[in-house]
Amino acid sequence: MMASVAARELADGEVVFVGIGLPNLACNLARATHAPRLVLIYESGAVGAAPERLPVSIGDPALVTGSLMVCGMVDVFQLLLQNGRVEVGFLGGAQVDRYGNINTTVIGPYARPTVRLPGSGGAAEIAIHAQRTLVVSKLSPRAFPERVDFITSPGHRSGGVPRTQLGMPGAGPVKVITDKAVLEADEATGELVLAALYPGVDPSEVQAGVGWPLGSRPRLGRIDPPTATDLRLLRHVLDPKRLHLKA
Amino acid sequence: MRDAIARFVHDGDTVVIEGFTHLICFAAGHEIIRQGRRDLTLCRLTPDLIYDQMIAAGCARKLVFSWAGNPGVGSLHAFRRAVEGKGGPPLEIEEYSHFGMVARFAAGAARLPFWPMRNYMGTDLPAANPRIRHVTCPYTGAALATVPALNPDVTIIHAQRADALGNTQLWGLVGVQKEAAFASAHVIVVVEELVEEAVIRSDPNRTAVPAMIVDAVVVEPWGAHPSYAQGYYDRDNDFYVAWEAISRDPDALERYLDDCVRGVSDRAAYLEKHPGLTARLKAAARFCSGVNYGF
Repeated sequence: MMASVAARELADGEVVFVGIGLPNLACNLARATHAPRLVLIYESGAVGAAPERLPVSIGDPALVTGSLMVCGMVDVFQLLLQNGRVEVGFLGGAQVDRYGNINTTVIGPYARPTVRLPGSGGAAEIAIHAQRTLVVSKLSPRAFPERVDFITSPGHRSGGVPRTQLGMPGAGPVKVITDKAVLEADEATGELVLAALYPGVDPSEVQAGVGWPLGSRPRLGRIDPPTATDLRLLRHVLDPKRLHLKA
Repeated sequence: MRDAIARFVHDGDTVVIEGFTHLICFAAGHEIIRQGRRDLTLCRLTPDLIYDQMIAAGCARKLVFSWAGNPGVGSLHAFRRAVEGKGGPPLEIEEYSHFGMVARFAAGAARLPFWPMRNYMGTDLPAANPRIRHVTCPYTGAALATVPALNPDVTIIHAQRADALGNTQLWGLVGVQKEAAFASAHVIVVVEELVEEAVIRSDPNRTAVPAMIVDAVVVEPWGAHPSYAQGYYDRDNDFYVAWEAISRDPDALERYLDDCVRGVSDRAAYLEKHPGLTARLKAAARFCSGVNYGF
């Protein structure tokens, strides 16, 4: 469901910086359905990738075979990302907070972590430079605290300062796609608010998975379930081994 | 390989084994473990399984990195145990993002003291790593983030082919190997195939590292396994998945090192320990038609 909802956010022809896991699946689903001219950029250097199998990692050899361009990583970050060529960036993380800040670094204090997470990778600069970012994460109070333990990837407000004042070129996380609803950043405050519900979900279930009093758009949208085509592609073509799709 | 590591990798050195998912030279890492090197500062964007193994083996004093996970699978547990204070040798860390690490190699390769970038505003990374700083642009007055140059004592890169002098060609994902090599005091190139100089000269655009910066050439087929070499063999994703359980259990990890690293003399012996591996992972043929270099 999340992969299908994320795929719908991508317009044909857009340039997308693809992350590992579910975003990878969503981008390849979009490419197989409504957005065949989507340009997939992987931080590993593959540009315009057309993978013939679902890449297990963002450095999979199938990303090279048949791609439009392969460049070094200095070029990926300077000529593509910092240059402003990336229209959509996908991010996920262990924690997402009220202002869309994301933590993929540590749970607990940095010097003495309870859980050490992998770190930024390219996420910090994607969050700063992509023209807009989409965040994909399952709802739970642990995953959506009021404040993250560590800001790896900045959202709309960091230390009380809005991102425009901090000089970030991109618009930041405009949507957060969860397993029950889609949250959007309020244009005035930068705070994440409830924007649309999945079929059969009550707003109270969304609030239960979020660690701050969740605001709401005046009119909530409704998210359609995945189409039969989406389900067939996801289950039988894109991820038959269930690398990213769980039962 | 034995000679190259003995000659160019010393206790206390800053060592880079680069390769982003692709062309990670496990054979060199294993030889460093066998030779019992200590107190190394290990640098890589993604420490990957190879640095997890070297951390577990006690080779590392410090890790400089930007993403420490097992891609698509989970954690590097030897790394996590060290950083979370849950056993194993202590490990100092110095952490950047990928752009930061890439920029450090670019500065090192250009022999500049630092590299400027529009980055890190709003993040907690500069607070965690005081080596991420800022400079005021002398032309626009804008504040730019900076990272210091990274100039390793030795960089080890794996490639598809080189000639005997070290003119090295690689293709597929090229990561940051070229910059890491140029940034380094010494360079060891490990290749799948040794080719004649004429082969290199027939396709010069594919050369990433010229012989003038190479100190040693090692021919080590399958030297990147369980990473991969485009056009030669696929990534061993099954082993990456299996590493989750091995690295989670310190005893299992130690058994792995005893069996597959310290228990073998070289890469050929490692391959003998893995029957069927080469047949399972050998790459299919997808040749390009080439270009006209004539004039």
